[in-house]
Amino acid sequence: MIATFLGADWQTLADAFGLGGIYALMAVGIGLVFGVLRLVNFAYGQLVMAGAYALAFAYERGWPVWIGILLCFAVVVVLSVAMDWLVFRPLRTQTPAVMLVATFAVAFLLQSIALLWFGSLGKIAASLSALNQPWTVGGVDVRKISLVATGVAAGCLVALVLLLGRTNVGLHMRAAALDFRTARLLGVRAHRVIGSAVLISGLLAATVAVLMTVQTPLVTPDFALRDTILVLAGVVLGGMNRLVSATLGGFAIGFASGFLGGALPTDQSQYLPSFLFAAVILVLLIRPAGLFARRGAQAVERV
Amino acid sequence: MRRFGAGFELAGPVVLVVLVALFGATVSSSTQTYVITALVNVVIVVALYIFIGNSGVVSFGHVSFVAVGAWTAGILSMPAGEKPAIMPSLAGFLRDTTVGNVPSLALAAAVGCVYALIVGLPLMRLSGLAAGIATFGVLEITHNVLRYWERIGPGLNTFSAVPETTGLLQACVGALVAIAVAFLYQWSRYGRMLRATREDAAAARAVGVSVYVQRLVAFTVSGAVAGLAGGLYVHLLPANAESFYLDLTFITLAMLVIGGVTSLWGAVVGAVAVSAVDSFLAEAENGVNVLGRTLDLPSGTRIVVVGALMALVLILRPSGLTGGRELPVPRALMRSVLTKFSA
Repeated sequence: MIATFLGADWQTLADAFGLGGIYALMAVGIGLVFGVLRLVNFAYGQLVMAGAYALAFAYERGWPVWIGILLCFAVVVVLSVAMDWLVFRPLRTQTPAVMLVATFAVAFLLQSIALLWFGSLGKIAASLSALNQPWTVGGVDVRKISLVATGVAAGCLVALVLLLGRTNVGLHMRAAALDFRTARLLGVRAHRVIGSAVLISGLLAATVAVLMTVQTPLVTPDFALRDTILVLAGVVLGGMNRLVSATLGGFAIGFASGFLGGALPTDQSQYLPSFLFAAVILVLLIRPAGLFARRGAQAVERV
Repeated sequence: MRRFGAGFELAGPVVLVVLVALFGATVSSSTQTYVITALVNVVIVVALYIFIGNSGVVSFGHVSFVAVGAWTAGILSMPAGEKPAIMPSLAGFLRDTTVGNVPSLALAAAVGCVYALIVGLPLMRLSGLAAGIATFGVLEITHNVLRYWERIGPGLNTFSAVPETTGLLQACVGALVAIAVAFLYQWSRYGRMLRATREDAAAARAVGVSVYVQRLVAFTVSGAVAGLAGGLYVHLLPANAESFYLDLTFITLAMLVIGGVTSLWGAVVGAVAVSAVDSFLAEAENGVNVLGRTLDLPSGTRIVVVGALMALVLILRPSGLTGGRELPVPRALMRSVLTKFSA
């Protein structure tokens, strides 16, 4: 109904849901680390890029799909943990702005390492391209990947909610996100909590890499860079201080970007980034704590 | 005595820039281009320093002021006969106006200044992460619009046929102007008030300093200097929308951070040092002779090295090479001045 109202077809709507789901996963990955470390990871997209290169590596050698996916998860998780050890840990006492600049540097570093290693032409990772075939649901043709992406994103989010709500380590992570120092005083182990947040965010990045290569099989050094910028804007848009609002923000910007990109004619959709970022700036001005933040939440932290 | 310290604070960056320019006068013309680029980088980094250094707020958006400066100077100083070929759908007023070198630079600075003021009016209410993301948004929007709107510029085309007037002298004068502006600003009461808000926003407010107004003043001043840098840039190299995007943002921020965010000396040292490393590596990517052996690096090494340097400096020495302090007056010199004053 919404789709016919806006003059778009079901495929566009399904694509928008799929992209929204992928962005929501990235938003959770960024939001989890932000929750415990107060660090915005600009280099998150480069984790996705590394995973995509792993998939391309496996595809080039003709390895089975599951080995490729396994390799992708291994590479991303190792890189994610290494990033925590080498960069986040020494920077833990710095201000958020310094850490943002530092992860900006790491992002560029990883991107240019990929450029050195694999060249600028890009590699193909098409082992899951069968998912681009359409699926007929209720008389409407929709590409499989849109539904798969939505489904996987929903599944991951449910698993994460259970993990955070029902397990010990989830409880610790929520406590740490609320007030790290008090949580430590009450016996929460800092390194374990941070380690698990980094690990989960790495697993999510690998999932995103698998889903993204289906739609964009050409893996270049700036793979997922634009998406990370949009997701970061979405996360701030939704509100960084709560995981739920960050996730909603990520989904919202992914959905808007996918829907408008598909529904608008080219001469208008080329200005899409401008409209999205103008919307983000507007929201930041009107509600600095975020669109989905709790009422009365303080944007400025007081000592 | 304080005035003496102040003079030294200005003299350090000025002498360094003049030395770099003199060095540039002695080398071959291909190397000279690197030196000129380094001096233009000094202007951009000083512009960044005026806002980021004094306010403590990160801005990813200053390269958009460089971009509008470059657009202004490039369009207005291109010979009228060349314009239709590169910019077929340019607005009438821009098509019919052609100005000389110096007016185009002044207009670039003015447009950068006005644009920064317009952007800053709403944005300077934000701080911390929100400010970082919002200024990033400004960069994205500016890049997006300049890239596709062909009424106001070349769109996807490159600014060719702009007179290449940014030689060693012009770049050096530009860098000195930027340093003078930054120095005057940081010694004025506005600069002091802004640094007070950087150290403790609540305390500064309590003594009647408006955080918003002071940040806006610095943002506008730095926008003007960034616009000037854009003008210098477009008169030096054929630029397009991609020249003023993420790569330039990254490299200039890296220069500021590596040099030391909180001092003018740090900004200039960082710009010169990183430019030197960067140009050496750029040469090495084409193959260069070092101590009798040919060094041939794969392309892309530059950003890896600069990125690694930046990460290392942030981790090991977060306040930068200069420690974020102005050039200290050497003790011996201080002592001799003191004795002269007391005598």
